[in-house]
Amino acid sequence: MSLQARVRVRRDTFELDVELAVDAGETAAILGPNGSGKTTLLHALAGLIPLDEGRCTLDGIVMEDPAQGIAVPTEQRPVAVVFQNQLLFPHMSALDNVAFGLRCHGRPRAEARRIARGWLEGMGLGDRARARPGALSGGQAQRVALARALAVEPRLLLLDEPLAAVDVQGRAELRRNLRAHLGSFGGVRLLVTHDPLEAFALADRVIVLERGHVVQTGTPAAVTARPRSRWVADLAGVNLFRGRADGDRVALDGGGELIVPEAAAAGDVFATIHPRAIALLQVKPEGTPRNVWQGPIDEIDVEGPIARIRVGTVPPVVAEVTTAAVEALGLAPGKNVWVTIKATEIVLYPG
Amino acid sequence: MIPTRERVPIAAAIVAALGAALFILPLLGLLWTAPWTDLGHVLFEPEALMAMRVSLVCSVAATAVSIVLGLPLAWIQARTSFPGRSLLRALTLLPVVLPPVVGGVALLSVFGRRGLLGQFLDPFGIRLPFTTAGAVLAETFVAMPFFVLSMEGVLGTLDRRLEDAARSLGANRWTVFRRITVPLVRPSLAAGAALCWARALGEFGATITFAGNFPGRTQTIPLAVYIELESRPEAAVALSLVLLAVSLTILVIMRGRWLETP
Repeated sequence: MSLQARVRVRRDTFELDVELAVDAGETAAILGPNGSGKTTLLHALAGLIPLDEGRCTLDGIVMEDPAQGIAVPTEQRPVAVVFQNQLLFPHMSALDNVAFGLRCHGRPRAEARRIARGWLEGMGLGDRARARPGALSGGQAQRVALARALAVEPRLLLLDEPLAAVDVQGRAELRRNLRAHLGSFGGVRLLVTHDPLEAFALADRVIVLERGHVVQTGTPAAVTARPRSRWVADLAGVNLFRGRADGDRVALDGGGELIVPEAAAAGDVFATIHPRAIALLQVKPEGTPRNVWQGPIDEIDVEGPIARIRVGTVPPVVAEVTTAAVEALGLAPGKNVWVTIKATEIVLYPG
Repeated sequence: MIPTRERVPIAAAIVAALGAALFILPLLGLLWTAPWTDLGHVLFEPEALMAMRVSLVCSVAATAVSIVLGLPLAWIQARTSFPGRSLLRALTLLPVVLPPVVGGVALLSVFGRRGLLGQFLDPFGIRLPFTTAGAVLAETFVAMPFFVLSMEGVLGTLDRRLEDAARSLGANRWTVFRRITVPLVRPSLAAGAALCWARALGEFGATITFAGNFPGRTQTIPLAVYIELESRPEAAVALSLVLLAVSLTILVIMRGRWLETP
């Protein structure tokens, strides 16, 4: 039992082209910046946007295949969606929102309400059954939306930024709640989010989407350990370089050169360097460190006792030092500094 | 910045007062000539009661037909795209600007005994001109566009994502329309229906042309007012007061929706 999809959707200048396979019982997170096509992908899987090309099968049954002229309408797919901003029906009580899908699936009114009540109680909302969505808090609305989606017993559960509309205080608790309910749901779970915390906390596997294409996929740990795009590197908080290795030297795409500890396989490589592994000096160092560059400080970003300093070297780097060190070295934007990186601190992997 | 309101310049005030007087004076005149002491007596005469009954039946029926036919029409115009959509929208708007008497003549040319469709309906004994059903049709022709136009605007701005949510939960199009779309537009639907009903109630030209002026069958209040004006002006004024009262009532109920003070 699984979801297998190749989704190709064109919109003016934007093209979404994604291939993915998710097993039942697995939670996959589509993680990407705004405008990467996450929501479009989710709507395409739900059948709300037609595929231009591709194929989508769920448990071996074809949901959509434009080449064969197959397109199961949204309402007939065993798919439920928890939408961004919940999209609860404002004219119905919480109970009727949850019962709506059951009624559409042919359950008699009394039975639908009984099951819906059970779902609300399971979400700890038994006392809010009669409330209209407008009277619910963000967290309560989110739980009603989850109950509404799970109540129809879908084979594929799609969640679009499920926690985005919830205030920060309630988010941690809600994330635990969501995680528990996702764990007890046996179908395919696909989550869409721009928040890495949400993706890493809820998903077994992360699929990074940028500009309509998958750039990286793997467990949260694997993705952050070996970023394959600037955006992921920023999430992981590391410097990312891309270049061509030759012996112990990597010619970087943006100019400059990186000297690495041992000869890497020749070819395209990624290199990451943690900002803490980058030292800033006032004078040119003597001795061992082999990557030594000079450049002006572009920006200093202080967060508590830590300062992140962007230096306009070739290539540009971000270094992390203590605020005490900033004062001791008299660091300020515009000032020229020497940057050194120990070769042993560089993580190299094929590009 | 919120623009502050200006003080009224004298010249503009004078001209504006003339304009306002144009609306207010006739109303005052109507109230002044009204046979207040005799009002009950005049209004409970059989002719007046009959006209009021015909008016009520026809205008309510015309509103019902407008909702049943107009809502899908508005939905299609607001939601779908097809060749000739803008032409259809323009034609829907036409009865609003068309002189009603022309509408009446046009209806005759379709449903008259030798009309476009009338010639086929006549052998089956179906005759619309000069019947109550004909009066309903004439009022619908004139009033329905008001309903369609107001619903088209609302349906166009409705949050479609709620309908998507309903579909994802297994609702087919009809269920979505019935349980999501219509309940969400219900307040506007009521306002549009009220506007439509008010227009149907006041209909004169198309009705008298297409349905004639038969007391008890097609003589609505406006027709009765026109007829009585010659012989019994006090009855005409009394019936006019009824229409004025109804209009004012609708206006008061709907003011929040129609008259939004900027």
